Amino acid sequence: MNIKGIPGAPGIGIGTASVLNKDLNIPRFAFKNAEEELNRLSDALEESKKQVTLLKERALKNSHKDVADIMEAHLMMLDDPEFLGKVKQSIQEEKLNAEFAVWSVAQEYIETFEKMTDEYIKARAADLKDVAERIIRNLTGTLVDLSDLPEGTILVARDLAPSDTAQIDRDHVVGLVTDEGGPTSHVAIMARSFQIPAVVGTKTATQNIKNGDKLVVDGSEGIVEISPEKHVLEAYEKKLSGWKHEQEELSELITVPAITKDGTKVKLEANIGRPEDVETALKFGAEGVGLFRTEFLFMDRSSLPTEDEQFEAYRKALEGMKGKTVTIRTLDVGGDKDLPYLGLERENNPFLGWRAIRYCLDRKDVFKTQLRAILRASAYGNAAIMFPMISSVEEVIEAKKVLKEAQEELKKENVPFDEHISVGIMVEIPSAAVAADLLAPEVDFFSIGTNDLTQYTLAVDRDNQKVRDYYNPLHPGVLRLIKRVIEVGESTGKEVAMCGELAGDDKATEILLGLGLRVFSMTSSSIPRVKKVVISSQKEQSQKVAKEAARL
Amino acid sequence: MGTEHVETEVTLTNPTGLHARPASLLVQTAAKFKSNITLEKDGRTASAKSIMGVLSLGADQGSRIKITVEGEDAKAAMQALLDLVKDNFGEK
Repeated sequence: MNIKGIPGAPGIGIGTASVLNKDLNIPRFAFKNAEEELNRLSDALEESKKQVTLLKERALKNSHKDVADIMEAHLMMLDDPEFLGKVKQSIQEEKLNAEFAVWSVAQEYIETFEKMTDEYIKARAADLKDVAERIIRNLTGTLVDLSDLPEGTILVARDLAPSDTAQIDRDHVVGLVTDEGGPTSHVAIMARSFQIPAVVGTKTATQNIKNGDKLVVDGSEGIVEISPEKHVLEAYEKKLSGWKHEQEELSELITVPAITKDGTKVKLEANIGRPEDVETALKFGAEGVGLFRTEFLFMDRSSLPTEDEQFEAYRKALEGMKGKTVTIRTLDVGGDKDLPYLGLERENNPFLGWRAIRYCLDRKDVFKTQLRAILRASAYGNAAIMFPMISSVEEVIEAKKVLKEAQEELKKENVPFDEHISVGIMVEIPSAAVAADLLAPEVDFFSIGTNDLTQYTLAVDRDNQKVRDYYNPLHPGVLRLIKRVIEVGESTGKEVAMCGELAGDDKATEILLGLGLRVFSMTSSSIPRVKKVVISSQKEQSQKVAKEAARL
Repeated sequence: MGTEHVETEVTLTNPTGLHARPASLLVQTAAKFKSNITLEKDGRTASAKSIMGVLSLGADQGSRIKITVEGEDAKAAMQALLDLVKDNFGEK
């Protein structure tokens, strides 16, 4: 049988299913020998410590200091004499089995922590939950260690958290399948950057797939074949070798310049989410970073990142790109993200709510800290600043006012920065596209964010299964908005880039070229495929294709 | 060697109280000694060698903490802990 989902990351993976069961079962049973229970506990603790130490070392090696700090806190909990004392006492005196004892003692602490007003301690409740779950899973033998999966594994899960995906060994995992998620969900983005074929949003994968099932993941079509028949498997094996061949062909394109047949120069840039990603960007021949998302600095933590922490991250990306442009987008979060320390609340309509630049203009302290960090880093490379979610010119003026304040502060402190840093905006709200001429005098560049622009223009939530078929970035309405921005850019001499998903979709490249787009920013691994279209295109033909698509 | 018993009350002056790094630092310091070290705040006690116990106290800046140390190296342990508090756990 096969199941259908949403294409998450292209490619074909053939391998063996490892189903990640995130439901935690805590068995409760009577035992005769307390000594034996205590031994089971101590074995599970040793095992847990080994695992966490490994994760910590790995995080340090990849310079994810934030992750390493969390792992260190987990290690302290695994060694905590008071906690372990209470667990042992429950085993000996209350005759609770090890799993149940760990759970009930942890629960007491969790309740205490959750009652505290202090955000830091509240966040420790989540850490303790994590630690307790690890001990229990080691006791019951239900722990799936994502960092140590055998070669040829296809990971199947309801959903994967960032920390799950981060552990994955890219050489051993050949495919990902999830019940939840859409094309822009975290799993899909990570899978594309790791180049692991993925099918997301299958709804039923964890019900239909058993551990050890032979699977084929077709991440380009969004299909998962479960225990396929011989002829199906052979067809996919053939397809896989074709895909590998194509990849090799594309890899030869990496050093080829992106120039059309009739000599138009096109700039292909990378979207990145962490400073380490610049390595991959350069590997695929990116000519710059068109979008550096800065949200990673704010995720999975309980307090604001400091100016220095941010500065280090930006500097690392700038130095890594060796003088090529790095366009840093200021904080883009809203009520859809659970970051209580930012003071964000759940909203009925987070995508129409208090988010991105709107939040930053109300929380100028947070905003200015980030701008100061970006400015300080600008002394170490070629930085540009980009404001997200701009709907009208007043927001740009106000944002630039804060930027100016930051610049003056730094000048007074004698801190070096690039005084001519480029300042631009994301065009993702239809009003910004329609009224681009009003915005042009205030900006150095535009960057079109097609995901949100499409969502807002067509009034459709692409993660909502019932309406996602309405989501179409090639809708004539959307294409005409894109055309409008490009025309304003041409007449005012302001660069127009595109950093949405559409920029990396080689089926749209010709249309976008025809509309006049010259700067494309995308997931690094998409660059060669888009380049292949660029070098074989010609102005007349692409303009014709664009006209038809926009029905002009 | 005899068992010593010392106790002192201190006020936390560092900005974050016994959270995050200060709490870890205190636990790591306490763990170096053989003595039993207990902290008490508002009637709640915790072992200074337990990160979870220390966090459960919810001690913030300005909190009064009673430190009780019992054991063969009690005096040295107390001195080390007082130094940490006096030094604001290395915070500004």
